[in-house]
Amino acid sequence: MSDGALISGANLGAIRGERVLYRNISVTAQAGDLILLRGANGSGKTTLLRQLAGLSEPQSGIVEREGLHHWIGHTNGLKAYETPRSHLSHWARVWGSEADMGLILNEVGLNRPADVPCRLLSAGQKRRTALARLLLEQRKLWLLDEPFNALDTDGQALLAEMIEAHRSEGGAVLAALHGSAPIEATREVTL
Amino acid sequence: MSPSPLLSAFRSSLSEAWANGAGLLLPLGFFTGTATLVPFALGPEAELLSRVGPGVLWLALALSSMVTLERVFQADLQDGALDLWLQDIGSISLVAAIKTLTHWLVSGFPLVLLTPLIGFGLGVPTEKMVPAMLGYAMGGLVFFLWGGVAAALSASVARAGLLIALLALPLYVPALIFGVQMVEAGFDSPSFLFLSASTLFALGVAPAAMGAALRLAAE
Amino acid sequence: MLSYLANPLRFMRFSRLAVPISFALGALMIGWSLYNGLFVVPPDDAQGGDLMRAMFTHVPSAWLCMGLYAGLAGASFIWFIWRHELADVAARAIAPIGAGYTALCFITGSIWGQKGWGAGWHNLILGDSRLMSVLVLFFLFLGYMALRAALETRQKAARAGAILAMIGFINVPIIKVSVDMWQTTTIHQPSSVISIGNPEPRDEDSGMNIIYLQQLLWGFGGHTLLAAAMVMMLMRSEVYTQQADRALALKLEGA
Repeated sequence: MSDGALISGANLGAIRGERVLYRNISVTAQAGDLILLRGANGSGKTTLLRQLAGLSEPQSGIVEREGLHHWIGHTNGLKAYETPRSHLSHWARVWGSEADMGLILNEVGLNRPADVPCRLLSAGQKRRTALARLLLEQRKLWLLDEPFNALDTDGQALLAEMIEAHRSEGGAVLAALHGSAPIEATREVTL
Repeated sequence: MSPSPLLSAFRSSLSEAWANGAGLLLPLGFFTGTATLVPFALGPEAELLSRVGPGVLWLALALSSMVTLERVFQADLQDGALDLWLQDIGSISLVAAIKTLTHWLVSGFPLVLLTPLIGFGLGVPTEKMVPAMLGYAMGGLVFFLWGGVAAALSASVARAGLLIALLALPLYVPALIFGVQMVEAGFDSPSFLFLSASTLFALGVAPAAMGAALRLAAE
Repeated sequence: MLSYLANPLRFMRFSRLAVPISFALGALMIGWSLYNGLFVVPPDDAQGGDLMRAMFTHVPSAWLCMGLYAGLAGASFIWFIWRHELADVAARAIAPIGAGYTALCFITGSIWGQKGWGAGWHNLILGDSRLMSVLVLFFLFLGYMALRAALETRQKAARAGAILAMIGFINVPIIKVSVDMWQTTTIHQPSSVISIGNPEPRDEDSGMNIIYLQQLLWGFGGHTLLAAAMVMMLMRSEVYTQQADRALALKLEGA
């Protein structure tokens, strides 16, 4: 993309059934940006994020991304029988990452439950496992759907730290949010 | 695509197949159970059972393939793993193919090993066992491939078991027919050629359809 | 002509006249073929005596149900590649009509075949390869309708249906081959209709009497028009429903 943007979505539109969710939405993110997608329930925040992530075909407009990105959706992408360690090892193998599991698990505070099957973990612990994925591999773009959900105050502080660190390293974060969060945004897009 | 992601996909779907439904027990149990019901339903005459034996085994294979199909893709859709596969892997069709192969390996291939036992019980003659088993292996693969397409299309539907069976039914017919005929006719028969051709055809086409259906399910 | 009609507005204008005309013409042609077929034409004992009169509905429905499935696959393909909305509307309309014709074909075929199978006329024939192929086709239509009904939004239903229709279509030849192989003996007549073109039939029994053929062609033309009328009618109601839904959605948005 010409102006060094990490992601650019232009004139995006979404239809569900016969209802128009939104139209003519444009979103761009440069290095260091934190863009928040805000809106009421059902306004299409998740749809927009999924369109930006390439998971959903926009009814109109185009999305361009620079390189790979990290995605955390509403659910965490965890299997019930997986442990945090096995989940991370699996995706590390798939992505070809050589990161140190122990270090990453330590950083997100999952030392003790590292080998507990996910069906026995709390919602916050599962969310932390998803956050750990972000550290498996360096990718400039993070697309997060309601990432602060289910996290306790420690967890929220952790995520805020991770986001700030990522931004200072030249990454960008797009997050859909519908509550308040302990971070300051570059820009907000309201649906 | 390098082998590592594919191998990882294989390992993870193997773990999943093992973790759900008590691993092998469910499809094996269903298969043997169905085959056991047959003498009760049709009467104990040895001649009749021997005539319908191959057909019954194939029917049991077809039905038991549908038993576990529902969760193969729906689980990934619901827990968000499908989103991760869709973004980072070049081809979701390849991942779908691997999942299907694994599913067959866990739920279909053991039935192949079981058929001599049941075949004896139903009076299938010994010299017909080897072609029968190869036929079951291929036919099972075809069932799981087309059933996989039906399952992928229904991934976002709750309680889709019956829908999957309805969708898969017409697609199962050729393999069913060729397979049963092959038990009688053995290797030197047009049905063997046709079954092999159907298997290759399914291997080529079904994954692409599953990929398209999964991309749709994630929307 | 297809691309002319692709515009929904033009289609609605065209079908406003086309539907009643096709209905009327179709009904006339079917009526004529049935009148002749049921009352005028002499029965052929070799082909089942009086029961063979069922063929005047059976054969046209056989051609029609297969043509309709091809139409379903074609409309699905067009929609899948070009995302033309009217193509999806057409696919959705064809499915129930196709299912109806397969059922009609199967039932009239069973009626026709009763003498050959020696069973009472109320039995269904499950042993004939062509009838069984038609039965499988029935499930292809049914599965398509069930899948579309199960999915929540129109867009998802359209996409899933298109994939299923195309997969079903490429499987049809294999299904046909397998069902033919399944049946080693059949009471079905060999393709006797086509050999009428031969001035000198090789075998006295192959080749159909021309008076039958005439009525068959009238029936075929009539049923084609009737099916077209019904499909267009369903398409019209679908277009109206979509417009109403859109208007409702706009209204809710405005409020």
